[in-house]
Amino acid sequence: MRAAFFGEVHGNSIALESAMRDAQRRGAEAIYCLGDVVGFGPHPDRSVELLRESGVATVQGEHDYAVGNEKPVAGTCYTNPGEERLARLDHDYTLEKISPGHRAWLAALPRRISFEHQGVRYLLVHGSPRRQDEQLWESSTPEDLLELLARDADADVLVCAHTGLHWQTALPSGRVVVNAGALGRPANDGTRRVWYAFLDTEAEEPFSFVPLEYDCERLAAQMRAEKLPSEFAEAILTGFWTTGLDVLPVKERLRGRH
Amino acid sequence: MAILRSPSRVPARTGPVPEGLVQLRMPEVRFRFLDALWIQVTGTRCNIACRHCFSSCGPKADQIPMMSAGQVDEALEEGRSLGMRQVYFTGGEPFLHPDLPRMVRAALRLAPLTIVTNGLLIDDRAVEMILEESRRTRYSLDLRVSLDGTTAEENDRVRGRGTFEKVSETLRRLGRAGLSPLVAVVEHEGIVRAEARERFLQFLRDLGIARPRVQFQSLFRMGREMRRTHGYHDLGVLASAPLLSEVESRLPCATGRAVTSQGVYTCPMLVEHQSARLGDALAKSLHPIRMNWDTCQTCMLDGLHGSN
Repeated sequence: MRAAFFGEVHGNSIALESAMRDAQRRGAEAIYCLGDVVGFGPHPDRSVELLRESGVATVQGEHDYAVGNEKPVAGTCYTNPGEERLARLDHDYTLEKISPGHRAWLAALPRRISFEHQGVRYLLVHGSPRRQDEQLWESSTPEDLLELLARDADADVLVCAHTGLHWQTALPSGRVVVNAGALGRPANDGTRRVWYAFLDTEAEEPFSFVPLEYDCERLAAQMRAEKLPSEFAEAILTGFWTTGLDVLPVKERLRGRH
Repeated sequence: MAILRSPSRVPARTGPVPEGLVQLRMPEVRFRFLDALWIQVTGTRCNIACRHCFSSCGPKADQIPMMSAGQVDEALEEGRSLGMRQVYFTGGEPFLHPDLPRMVRAALRLAPLTIVTNGLLIDDRAVEMILEESRRTRYSLDLRVSLDGTTAEENDRVRGRGTFEKVSETLRRLGRAGLSPLVAVVEHEGIVRAEARERFLQFLRDLGIARPRVQFQSLFRMGREMRRTHGYHDLGVLASAPLLSEVESRLPCATGRAVTSQGVYTCPMLVEHQSARLGDALAKSLHPIRMNWDTCQTCMLDGLHGSN
């Protein structure tokens, strides 16, 4: 089986469209989205439309929950007053722009998707199996905790997102945890690429991460036209995160510029 | 949140409520996950005696003895089996512990580690140790360095004469090594996080820290601080209504426990209070607690605000 896993679309419908084509070219029989379809990016309806039209099975992220239910975003990565202001602006923008039908779709998204293939149980969540907004970073999530989370959720393979940085680990038990990364913004590595996870169950290393070039200039132009915070477009164009840095574990933080 | 202005009727914190007083039942906090395992490696032993210290630590403070490396190993092992996310080494001053390098390595075998420190003992050798241990592990090794002002006058007022210069030197040293400690600032006197954040970040940039990080912390009016600002008597007390779930989930006692050489406690702020002792075993301490202490008010207000 071949399948693609998209994390953190965050309104980047341009990258989403590119990634869907890219995954199909690689022979993906299924595409999954790990949530946070909206928030951060412009024109939230467009990403929702792409996913709904293509029937992409989608897990709910905390932004989807908040927009879907017209509530504040919980567990946000914006932890100081300046960034909270940007987050509020962005959330208000998304609430204003999303159409009622798509809002209802976001509200109704499941918190987890599971399936079994060749006896392997896969579980897809946004943050973690126990918390929609739990951050599973590579350098701050103990292996023993991952074992507990996967075991308690009856998962052999746990696929998550939420943090924006992709990584995977094979646990001593044989279980696998994959963070699919983000399509919505670059990986804080100084390049404009975004990433998604690809599964090929016949390959020696079943999970790999796919870097994706897309028309980020067009995204940045849309962000400017929609008067979204300039910090967001800067991150898209420089490849370095400009906001949400306080929650990065120090190892990941030191890899970025800011 | 309703705040009753009747501090004299706070339920007894160290013993039974005197007869004739109405027993208020303080809010209950359910334990959720072991996100934070606080290990008080040096007990109350510290190389300085800050005037606002919430646990009366100092050079001669031995009310809570140091932990042995073996005790720390036991705490780590117990935390591991209970799904801990993050380990904190606290004190006192962790860099006073003769076995710190060994304990750092033991922690980093299992989980990310933050050392909560005043920074004064971090010399070139300690920086080397930090760099080496960081390289050896997939987990983050973080330092939380206390700094309570961007001038000697502002900082030394609470942390003691000469500490500003010394910690500045440590921060320069860490910056030269490419490290970025999380600088923890207590909101004492005129420091208000919303106004002070950019000032501290710029101060750290000027010291050569390329990616400055700062975190503001509320002032806990207990320990030695009580002698300075007389505790919580000028505040109201918490109402006994159930907590909002988003406030409850942000409380340190919902997502962590503190281990000392004398047992397991609800949180690192209350390690000097026998009434906050939950027993010897971490596994048996993960039950709901009540916000029975004055200082719980500070955490509740933090939980309501929710931001750094």
